[in-house]
Amino acid sequence: MHGKREAKHHAPQSEENMEIILRTMSAYREHGPAQPSIELTRREFLKGAGILTGTLAVSSILSALAPSRVWALELKTLASAQGDTLLQMGKVLYPHKGLPDAVYALLAKDLDGAAGKDSKTAQMLGEGVAALDKAAGGSFVTASDAKKLEAVKSLQDTPFFNTVRGQCITSLYNNEMAFAYFGYPGPSWDKGGYILRGFNDLKWLPDPPAAASPAPYKA
Amino acid sequence: MAKFELNDDSVVVVIGSGAGGGTLANELCQKGVRVVLLEAGKRESQATFINDEWKSFGQLAWLDKRTTSGTWRIAKDFSGLPAWICKTVGGTTTHWAGASLRLHEPEFRARTVYGDIKGASLLDWPLTLKELEPFYAKAEDKMGVTRTHDIPGLPGNNNFKVMYAGAKKVGYKDCNTGHMAINSRPRKDRSSCLQIGFCFQGCKSGAKWSTLYTEIPAAEKTGKLDLRPQAHVLKIEHNDAGKVTGVVYRDAEGKDQRQKARVVCVAGNSIETPRLLLLSASPKYPDGLANSSGQVGRNYMRHMTGSVYAVFNEPVNMYRGTTMAGIITDEAPNDPKRGFVGGYEMETLSLGLPFMAAFLDPGAWGPDFTYFLDNYTRMAGMWLVGEDMPRPTNRVTLNSAEKDQYGLAVPNVHFDDHENDVAMRNHAYAAGQKVYQAAGAVKTFRTPPYPSTHNLGTCRMSASPRDGVCNKWGQTHDVPNLFISDGSQFTTGGAENPTLTIVTLAIRQAGYLADQLSKRAI
Repeated sequence: MHGKREAKHHAPQSEENMEIILRTMSAYREHGPAQPSIELTRREFLKGAGILTGTLAVSSILSALAPSRVWALELKTLASAQGDTLLQMGKVLYPHKGLPDAVYALLAKDLDGAAGKDSKTAQMLGEGVAALDKAAGGSFVTASDAKKLEAVKSLQDTPFFNTVRGQCITSLYNNEMAFAYFGYPGPSWDKGGYILRGFNDLKWLPDPPAAASPAPYKA
Repeated sequence: MAKFELNDDSVVVVIGSGAGGGTLANELCQKGVRVVLLEAGKRESQATFINDEWKSFGQLAWLDKRTTSGTWRIAKDFSGLPAWICKTVGGTTTHWAGASLRLHEPEFRARTVYGDIKGASLLDWPLTLKELEPFYAKAEDKMGVTRTHDIPGLPGNNNFKVMYAGAKKVGYKDCNTGHMAINSRPRKDRSSCLQIGFCFQGCKSGAKWSTLYTEIPAAEKTGKLDLRPQAHVLKIEHNDAGKVTGVVYRDAEGKDQRQKARVVCVAGNSIETPRLLLLSASPKYPDGLANSSGQVGRNYMRHMTGSVYAVFNEPVNMYRGTTMAGIITDEAPNDPKRGFVGGYEMETLSLGLPFMAAFLDPGAWGPDFTYFLDNYTRMAGMWLVGEDMPRPTNRVTLNSAEKDQYGLAVPNVHFDDHENDVAMRNHAYAAGQKVYQAAGAVKTFRTPPYPSTHNLGTCRMSASPRDGVCNKWGQTHDVPNLFISDGSQFTTGGAENPTLTIVTLAIRQAGYLADQLSKRAI
């Protein structure tokens, strides 16, 4: 049952990716917590180089977390079209049915941040976006799903691909919206851990005997 | 807390405050020996630990520059991060899972029991389990290991329930919630486990043993400990007679300080310990301190590791409760009929969503990868950890082409899996998948090794000074007042999580060292 991996794609974890991971870590060390979710602001206040916008579906579990269903995200260095292309590339790389674009927009936001810090990164992202458009026959964003996948695959192993893919890991899966979507509650200490909140509530298998798994203290 | 003078040459300097160094410092202080404990990292506390994987990683992990080489997958997946260990007061005891298993008797005689394995530099330990047993008992009592000293086992969480059900179905005999240095009930000023689920991020309840809030405060109470956090040792110095005289370190303000010492004990974990000896090369010791054998940095071991994650139809919520919540020990004994020597343990493990994304299959993308994250709440997981073969070419060296923030050559960690490691990993993967399939898994996955947490063997103990760096007390063969006090001493790795043995050796070493000091032998 294991071993069929034809639909999966692998990329070597390049030095660029390590740099992203290490940069994320050192940013935490220097500046404390990153903003866990994008700011959902009124559009007219945004004055950046680019703006990404979207609307959370009424049914989305995330709509409860946001002050408004309409979200907008300001890009400081990248243009809107570039940000949108990177957002769409994130959806090809890490597809999750029902995960709102607001989460994928975090990828564009973080790449925009990297581009703002380093002109070489900005150039690489700009060229990568152009290459995606070209590979998709003009416009990556409006291309079919199959065409998008083909375009992304054609850039595999490039520094651009590795940078975007590596950034996905920390941008997409380390924020409160993703936690809510995937069902991961995050911190538990402030709620007293799980000792009284279901650490052993699994019922679809028999309970181990007490010799293997004694009762909790004072249970 | 005491404060000793920099030119006080009567103190013992211990470098590193983790399982080895933190324990050794306390044991020495309890015997009246004055200790300067130098720790490269900052002092955190249960209050400052963070229930957030990346933030905690930034707070606790050793992130100084390192390089890798060799055919191991880590060199591809995490080329700048060969090891997942800590730079903080308490060292990696802040991060460890708590599994506290004694090495098995035959594992001390690996060369004799396994024979002459081609491509391996196996050696018997210069000591026996029998010699260590009383010290193991002391360590278990000190750490509060469950299922020893009448301490009950921990209650199993959901992840353990899945492991247990599968283990019984495939016919494994020994599966329980393990020997853990996590309080199942309040003991020795530490509370009982609240099943927080963030063992790797520093235990906020203090139920898990860490030198940070056990050994170190106990040592401070004696008035014999001078703990200096953010003190990164750059070099160990020696005199014309070849004995060490002290260390030079960079302090929190960025100034270099020279602390004199009667004895220096190195416990920087198995990458930094040999690196420091190599960085301390001098005209008298051109190949580095205590390296007449050429063995410093060699025989680097990191345990055979891998993980199996499985998706079920029903919820598991494995992130709830102790990270390492249970163990199957049936595969631990040596049984060459399986196609490899040595054995391995199967221990539950869970990762939060952020680290699952980073570690499940580094580099992977596409729907087969996202399938697992989509099913995060229905996943169970286990870690496979077994004995790997020491090899002289698996080695920590100085990479003089790359410099760290202190201007020193960074360590390069070279590792090639031995064919025995590969055979064991494949066997362990298959066994882990069988357990989960028996429990009803709809899909299982073989996760490659994480950056190394069990780093061992780079200054190994040996009966003959030709074969290793230190003797059975951790005293270096070449320099009588220089000791190795961490997992670098391990002659071979065994299958078990190494912390209990590191603590045991530190307790034993403290007794020897105090005795030698009182006899004026060193």
